[in-house]
Amino acid sequence: MLKTLACVIQRDLLLAFRRRADVLTILFFFVMVTTLFPLGVGPEKNLLRTMAPGILWVAALLASTLSLGRLFALDFADGTLEQMLLSPEPLSIIVIGKVIAHWLVSGLPLVIFAPLLAVQFGLSGTSIVVLFCSLLIGTPILSLFGAIGASLTLGVRGGGVLVSLLILPLYMPVLIFGAGAVSAEMNGLESQAHFLLLGGLLAGAAAITPWAIAAALRIAFE
Amino acid sequence: MTLQAYQLAYARGDRQLFSDINFEIKAGEALWLKGVNGSGKTSLLRLLCGLASPASGEVRWGGFGINTLREDFYRDLIYCGHASIVKDDLAAWENVSISARLSGKQCSRNDAYDALDKVDLIDVAHLPARALSQGQRKRVALARFCIQPGPKLSILDEPFTALDQTAVDALHDSLNQHLNQGGIVVYTTHQELALQAGRLHHLELSPAIPC
Repeated sequence: MLKTLACVIQRDLLLAFRRRADVLTILFFFVMVTTLFPLGVGPEKNLLRTMAPGILWVAALLASTLSLGRLFALDFADGTLEQMLLSPEPLSIIVIGKVIAHWLVSGLPLVIFAPLLAVQFGLSGTSIVVLFCSLLIGTPILSLFGAIGASLTLGVRGGGVLVSLLILPLYMPVLIFGAGAVSAEMNGLESQAHFLLLGGLLAGAAAITPWAIAAALRIAFE
Repeated sequence: MTLQAYQLAYARGDRQLFSDINFEIKAGEALWLKGVNGSGKTSLLRLLCGLASPASGEVRWGGFGINTLREDFYRDLIYCGHASIVKDDLAAWENVSISARLSGKQCSRNDAYDALDKVDLIDVAHLPARALSQGQRKRVALARFCIQPGPKLSILDEPFTALDQTAVDALHDSLNQHLNQGGIVVYTTHQELALQAGRLHHLELSPAIPC
């Protein structure tokens, strides 16, 4: 079972590596969006600082929806997803592998780059650490929820826009607690409560979503 | 092991494609599915794989419904449909190795090269699949049959299209060998190619009547 999981992750990472441009596009989108805000709002330091957690989180959220279309659609088109459905290993394991690979490719780079971008908003050191941790816990939830949307819209015309409409409401709690953690820290409050709620969301999503995604994939092939 | 279809019926939307399909295929036997375009051959094959669910009836493998067996049934099955099942960005051998490992088999680089050697693709094994021709890609997909342990049940949807005559003969031989070892083959083709099975069943699907 673990072998299958490792095989799926290795496969998807290899495919992402062969198509590096796709990964870089998402990262550049994230960098561009966050850079546009200071240009548009103006160089008022305190204003930017209060807005920074929200901007970085919203940008990360939008960037992660960009890559959702590719999560299953390419495998769906060339029939390899169909073969995964016929695998003797549980489909939910394969799905977990695909989501982990997706997070490593499109979530983790955002987490790593966010502290760099936070500097241009004038965030303090501890705030940056809190931002980094909140994204580290939050982005896997985005990948898990996003995979539900991606599997439900498989084979649907205009699936790309539809998946955003389906998924963005689900992202709201993650955004609220993620950005809230950083804001709380900046206002001298404890951010622990936000982290506990984010952690709870992650644990819940990791437990439930793989089965939901597997069921949605089976429906897509009927 | 036997593959059994019990009163299978399938409808797509309001249109009934087929109904009351009954057959039983034992080890070493083959089923040749015939019918004009649009008569529901592919749909029936997908039902047999469990990729679609029938409107009524049941597919049984060794006496048990495939929906209850699921993973145990998939261990015995290879399905080769219309889709290419080949990833353009992966090398030919990586395609073979990964698809075999995803179906729960051991497959090292050498095993994948051996399998590609059997389908006469050893020279292009290291090339990315996007550099291969349509026929070669089909052969990459079919190389999975050469990975041990072989399947007990092969479901093939038009396996001979895009293949040249030597490849058709080679596939024909390996399917016959598979049948001799007690495998079951269910296939569709418009070419006149009868497999040397212990017993070759024929099933002719009548054209669907639009209503």
